Amino acid sequence: MLSKKVTDCNAHGQDSSYFLGWQAYEKNPYDDVHNPNGIIQMGLAENQLSFDILQTWLDNNPDATGFKKNGQSVFKELALFQDYHGLLSFKKALVNFMSEIRGNSVTFDPNNLVLTAGATSANETLIFCVANPGDAFLVPTPYYPGFDRDLKWRTGAEIVPIHCSSSNSFRITKSALEDAYQQAQKQDLKVKGILITNPSNPLGTSLNSHELDLLFNFISTKNMHLISDEVYSGTVFSSPSFISVMEVLKNKNLINSEVSKRVHIVCSLSKDLGLPGFRIGAIYSCNEEVVSAATKMSSFGLISSQTQYLLSEMLSDGKFTKSYLSENRRRLKHRHETLVKGLQKVGIRCLKGNAGLYCWVDMRHLLSSKTFQGEMELWKKIVYDVRLNISPGSSCHCSEPGWFRVCFANMSEQTLLFAMQRVKSFVESMSKKNSPPRHEHLRLSHARRTKSLPKWVFSLTSNQLEVGDLR
Amino acid sequence: MEVALNNNHKFLSKIATNDGHGENSPYFDGWKAYDANPYHPQNNPSGVIQMGLAENQLCFDLIEKWIKNHPEASICAPQRGFDFKEIALFQDYHGLPQFRSAIANFMSRVRGSRVKFDPNRIVMSGGATGAHETVAFCLANRGEAFLVPTPYYPGFDRDLKWRTGVELIPVVCESANKFKVTLESLEDAYNKAKQSNIKVKGLLITNPSNPLGTFFDKETLKTLAAFTNEKNIHLICDEIYAGTVTNGNDFVSIAEIIEEFPTICDRSLIHIVYSLSKDMGFPGFRVGIIYSYNDTVVNIARKMSSFGLVSTQTQHMVASMLSDNDFVDNFIYESRTRLAHRHDMFTRELAQVGIGSLESNAGLFFWMDLRRFLKEPTFEAEMTFWRSIINEIKLNVSPGSSFHCHEPGWFRVCFANMDDATVMVAIERIKSFVLETRMLEMKTKAMAKTKKQCWQNNLQLKLSSRRLEDIMSPHSPLNSPMLRAQN
Repeated sequence: MLSKKVTDCNAHGQDSSYFLGWQAYEKNPYDDVHNPNGIIQMGLAENQLSFDILQTWLDNNPDATGFKKNGQSVFKELALFQDYHGLLSFKKALVNFMSEIRGNSVTFDPNNLVLTAGATSANETLIFCVANPGDAFLVPTPYYPGFDRDLKWRTGAEIVPIHCSSSNSFRITKSALEDAYQQAQKQDLKVKGILITNPSNPLGTSLNSHELDLLFNFISTKNMHLISDEVYSGTVFSSPSFISVMEVLKNKNLINSEVSKRVHIVCSLSKDLGLPGFRIGAIYSCNEEVVSAATKMSSFGLISSQTQYLLSEMLSDGKFTKSYLSENRRRLKHRHETLVKGLQKVGIRCLKGNAGLYCWVDMRHLLSSKTFQGEMELWKKIVYDVRLNISPGSSCHCSEPGWFRVCFANMSEQTLLFAMQRVKSFVESMSKKNSPPRHEHLRLSHARRTKSLPKWVFSLTSNQLEVGDLR
Repeated sequence: MEVALNNNHKFLSKIATNDGHGENSPYFDGWKAYDANPYHPQNNPSGVIQMGLAENQLCFDLIEKWIKNHPEASICAPQRGFDFKEIALFQDYHGLPQFRSAIANFMSRVRGSRVKFDPNRIVMSGGATGAHETVAFCLANRGEAFLVPTPYYPGFDRDLKWRTGVELIPVVCESANKFKVTLESLEDAYNKAKQSNIKVKGLLITNPSNPLGTFFDKETLKTLAAFTNEKNIHLICDEIYAGTVTNGNDFVSIAEIIEEFPTICDRSLIHIVYSLSKDMGFPGFRVGIIYSYNDTVVNIARKMSSFGLVSTQTQHMVASMLSDNDFVDNFIYESRTRLAHRHDMFTRELAQVGIGSLESNAGLFFWMDLRRFLKEPTFEAEMTFWRSIINEIKLNVSPGSSFHCHEPGWFRVCFANMDDATVMVAIERIKSFVLETRMLEMKTKAMAKTKKQCWQNNLQLKLSSRRLEDIMSPHSPLNSPMLRAQN
């Protein structure tokens, strides 16, 4: 009656225990005034730190939201504008912004940019362009859970993980790449490329030049694509500085080379500017055929012309972009430090990060057993007892239990400090005794008692998680 | 070149390198011709007039007035009663509740409030384009098919097939019965599919029809609902032109059928695709809607909507505008009136020079009958004639073959995407062309007759006024621009 895409999803359904955290938050959301005992949302990678700067710009530029240009109404023009090439003024402004984020070390051609309704759509579209159903992409773990939906669901493509380990700070290694490739061969999967997130979600680190060299060598020898999801590029708040794949192409003198035709970037304004609701994403590629095909596909998810116009005005304001980027970075850095120090005080370490809206937190020492079951138990305690909704590493396909992603930019500083206090109390209480968890009885349709990597992690289909919010 | 092509096929997907995007269709050639030489009253008065774009530009004055009087619809009005931050952060694929309510309200009012829509069944999509693809992904697997009555919107070849791998099977409709869908043609198409071992998953209708500009009567809708119910296949109704029906009370939505005749079919087979692109004239804002009576489809389509959510900036504006019932009712009324007026102006003027069209009372276009202008009743002749319409008459109209029409000679002509002055220019061009053609034919025939006289000295041929009338009659087979072209 319905397609397999619908019925298979139901088989994996929303019975995953992972959802409970979200449901728990929704039933009992923290509010400093109305519900101070509620659950604090720390599983949402949103940038709420710099709205005041945006607000001020909007207040000073009412024409941008009022459908006016130089005092004249442009409503009709915008209402009718459905050209999938996008508003040129917006594309020009966006590539300048992208360049500015990368320290103006590289420039981008607006003709190589394809606008899409968010990075969600950009990633799916790119996969549709470079992979056939059954082909595979290698993705370093841990990775954003939404990729299982975005890269695989409707495209029919597969993901084969490149396992990264805490032993070397989760850096991509040559052997991990080779292993993943071999694994794909064993499964009879044709590998079409590698997809990296740089800066990484959930690690909060940017790839170093050694990793980038490895990747470039790999895709060159194996003749495959490299997709670099750079949606967090504007959130790099400390050194080492961010190296975009565009820069690598430039430094290796590969611009206009054959390799450059297989390197593609995904961007978005959801993280850098904190505008996820506006659905502003883009694909950047030097491959004409990819740009051409992706442009046609963008018909399925164009950016509202109303929003393109607003952002073209905003991002054309060089003064604004410069001050926004620097102030936003400063605030992110401060928040990051607050979280790291708060956790450090109670003996919890974070992976050293320089970017992102979250920290990758090491709670292995708090596990009752060094298994994913142990991780789930700890996670439930944190959700129900500590009342913080954070993301367990297993949901990000991490191969080692005990790591959690904790977001810091989607709340006020007060709330963050309050969350730290709760963590402190929890850790102190844990070290005093081993009391059984007091959380409510949970309805589980699957009891996962496995000590090895849970199979369901790798058989996740799209809607296993309400991942739109997770990103 | 060959090496590059080989490389592309190796590095890119089949989808990226095939023709599934449909842009090699002649539907788009006309657009390209227009883009290369667009009409402008002052700057390019001999350019091509765009009549291949189904846009509704007739009521922007009403909308702009509303926008001016309602600054709160903008996300940054000083007197806002909401938070810009909240709107900018909201990426929940359920959509803003006020947006869903406003859309449900609008959809109802467009149907004369004869039927109500549940805001919880409203699912967003990237325009109707995104909606159709999502529905196809939800209802059919690769290789399965939908039945679609011809002629149909060329974009369906892309939207329903390209990335989904779904097939479209035409349900042939004929001019002999005004292109109505018959049970016989449905059964024919269904059986053909069965014989080819293709599993049919649904029937897609566009009501009102693009390109016909007609809408389905109640009896036919009941027949379709019963047919799909009997075959246990889905019925997808694209109702994006619902607001363009001249007499709104005549239009029957599938939503009304299932309310009035609840036992006619399993309602979990019924899905509606809607958009604000045609009724409101907002194609740039990408407001597409899937409204399904099937809970599972609502659920899954909503998850798929992540790939094409409506910008919350737009959701907010639309919510404000479409909650204003006074504005909505007046807009619907005015839009219908102006569209009807435009439609009548065109069809009346063209009838004066003997050009007929399918009787219609909806849509942003009419279905023009140019069969007798074809040198021969073939699609090649249609294409040749079409090129001359673009290159000589300088009008971009859409040839019926691009809509998969089974009979050559029909063309879709859009009338709502231009101002009154341009309408007059377009009409004049058509009229002059027809009259010039006839004068030329008269001259040619006169010359031929003179020659014949010389050759046949014994014959006494006199031009009678009646013969002159024959030649000048639009029904004369000599009235083909092809003869003109040959001269």
